[in-house]
Amino acid sequence: MSTPSITEHATAEDHRLAWMAALAIALSMAESVFPSPIPGVKPGLANIVVLLVLYQQGLRAAIWVSALRVIAGSLFFGSFLTPTFFLSLSGATCSLLMLMLTSRLPRSLFGPVTHSLLSSIAHIAGQLVIVYLWLIPHKGIVYLIPILAMAAVVFGLVNGVIAARILNSPESAPLSGPFPSAAL
Amino acid sequence: MTVSKLFKPGDFLTLGVVAFFIAWLCVALWKQGVGGTLVVRSKGVVVSELSLLRNRILTIDGPLGATVVEVQNQRARIARDPSPKQYCVRHGWLQHAGEIALCLPNQVSIEIAASQNRVDSLNY
Repeated sequence: MSTPSITEHATAEDHRLAWMAALAIALSMAESVFPSPIPGVKPGLANIVVLLVLYQQGLRAAIWVSALRVIAGSLFFGSFLTPTFFLSLSGATCSLLMLMLTSRLPRSLFGPVTHSLLSSIAHIAGQLVIVYLWLIPHKGIVYLIPILAMAAVVFGLVNGVIAARILNSPESAPLSGPFPSAAL
Repeated sequence: MTVSKLFKPGDFLTLGVVAFFIAWLCVALWKQGVGGTLVVRSKGVVVSELSLLRNRILTIDGPLGATVVEVQNQRARIARDPSPKQYCVRHGWLQHAGEIALCLPNQVSIEIAASQNRVDSLNY
């Protein structure tokens, strides 16, 4: 009688992606503890993780971590397929598209702060599209745009600086050589 | 850690562009709607459309009694209303396009329409 066994096909990179996604989910759970003065304004600390993965493992890995965060995170929050989930999905998608575009910028001139700022704005823009088209189809939300955009810039800047600090620290040596921007 | 290690030269450029964009958003989105028109509805039917440029006081009769609408200095408000909770009165002055004050159960509402009079196909 043979004992049933499970063979694991996950590579070391898969493990790292899972760890990073778990870290991103933990950060978004931690920040959801604090009440926000304006609905929709959150620091988005999980985006730091996506940014780090982008720099250390490339765009493909960043997309995986972001997708895992949105889907697995929504299962933890109990918001899978609710409006919150679609807001999160739309924001993450737009944010990744922006990272895809900005990863073509010369790396000697533009750092994590640029990526963080622009993807943070793309994130809130993606969420606003869902809010306007589906949840609150009223012109009144136009007046919220400058406030939400300002919050996006402030948190985008802070997250970008945090990511730059982590990437500059001696402990965070890139896993697979220099930034593999041509990985995808 | 020094600033120059955290920021690359292009990052300052991005920050500048983004700050300019936000300033433009504030000007473009918070300035519109002044000089628009006020749409007054009673029981869901438009009873009056008036310019915000002319100051005036308008009385609309609803099921509970008279609702008094006041237009002053390109703003409008419900000055008086017989509805018990007074939400529309406490709403105060409306001045941006899309702002609305609804008096229930007296079934009177006022809304600032955009001066361009664009049709909102999602709401109508």
